[in-house]
Amino acid sequence: MSKQEELRATARRLLAENRVDLILGYTAGTLPLRTTPFFARTPAEADLLVWNAFCEYNLTNYLPRYTGNRVGIVVKGCDARSLVGLLQQNQVQRERLYVIGIPCAGVVDRRRVALLAGGAEITAADITGGEIVVRGRGFEKVLPMEEVLFPSCRRCRYGNPVLADVVLGEKVPERKETYEDLAALENMPAVEREAYFAREMAKCIRCYACREVCPMCFCKQCFVDGTAPQWLSRWVGTADNLFFHLGRTMHLVGRCVDCGACARACPVGVDLMAFNRKMIKDAEALFGYRAGLDPEAHLLLGTFDPNDPEPFLFRG
Amino acid sequence: MDAGPEPKIVGFLCNWCSYAAADLAGINRLQYPASVRIIRVPCSGRVSPLFLLTALRRGADAVLVSGCHPGDCHYTSGNLVARRRFAMLKSLLEFAGLDEGRVNFTWISASEAADFARVTTRIYQRAKDLGPYRGALRKESGVPRRE
Repeated sequence: MSKQEELRATARRLLAENRVDLILGYTAGTLPLRTTPFFARTPAEADLLVWNAFCEYNLTNYLPRYTGNRVGIVVKGCDARSLVGLLQQNQVQRERLYVIGIPCAGVVDRRRVALLAGGAEITAADITGGEIVVRGRGFEKVLPMEEVLFPSCRRCRYGNPVLADVVLGEKVPERKETYEDLAALENMPAVEREAYFAREMAKCIRCYACREVCPMCFCKQCFVDGTAPQWLSRWVGTADNLFFHLGRTMHLVGRCVDCGACARACPVGVDLMAFNRKMIKDAEALFGYRAGLDPEAHLLLGTFDPNDPEPFLFRG
Repeated sequence: MDAGPEPKIVGFLCNWCSYAAADLAGINRLQYPASVRIIRVPCSGRVSPLFLLTALRRGADAVLVSGCHPGDCHYTSGNLVARRRFAMLKSLLEFAGLDEGRVNFTWISASEAADFARVTTRIYQRAKDLGPYRGALRKESGVPRRE
């Protein structure tokens, strides 16, 4: 039985037995290479659920909005870590959840596929083994899967959900997590790095899609929306954009699990993960902390150790 | 004073220690740079990263956060919680390209007036050497900002 069939059977059973009110999952999108979030409420609707390498959305983002329901949710490895974060921060109640974990070998970056396919319209895409076959009018292209996965997936160490009531299908092999993606930036002189980020921030249109899709951005009021104090002006400029992204990164320290949802949602392709990745690396190096692994753990910045390192101290 | 524009330095000082140290420095007639604009905060734990970003965004050339020595916090653990935040914040800002020396964190107790004068003088010197901050947090584009 494929993972998708197993998922449908599980969802059908949960809904038929009235164990949950709805199942948060994915259904086929209207375009190739795409799926769309889907809320199944009846056993019949469960048959519309799909599972494939295009299920890119982090559905845990919806959970804080369904507090009154018993929710069954489909999670990949990264989503499971987001869920752990939400539990740590009391944003969801564990007893109202039924977690359907699916080991995930990575999701497909459709923009990268389009780029590698030469930009022509893709009308069909099939995944067989380690390859993706994309077809359009008068062309067919075979691409190795590893090359078209999202950057955050290619370095993902937690493909197997860390928290689940049921895990469907076989475990995926663990990848080795490296910080190679940061090395190039870290080795740049500070001036060049600043210029790089200034260019990235100049692209940002401050649509706040990154914030909207982030499961950790559940604040009822975000610091960018307030007017007393008004941290940011309403117009879009490099300085304010950088202010926003630095502020957001600080709010995500010790909570971001590198699911990459923000980078996927960004309509202008800002390098959103660099700041977060740096903080993830530092949290591990300085405090031995990894987000989203233990629902009982304190948050990194919510606690302290009397012997914490003080690498930042200026002694004059 | 040597030539060149005077740097603006914003100091966020804890009410219970560093602010008193600045006061004591005055009483003892210890000189410290007039470029340091002091903002009194109840605890170094009160200092949000947004404060520092705003200071740099709106014209500061360097910022200083100073609180009680670890273990001496008036609120028991405010500075200990802040310490983790500062470690991450300083690393982030320098990763984003801010010169080392523009963001400074230190611990100064109420009796360490001489340390306060020394630290602020050093920060002033470094800020002066670096010159005015003209980095990405000041980079405007589009319509000019109306203040």
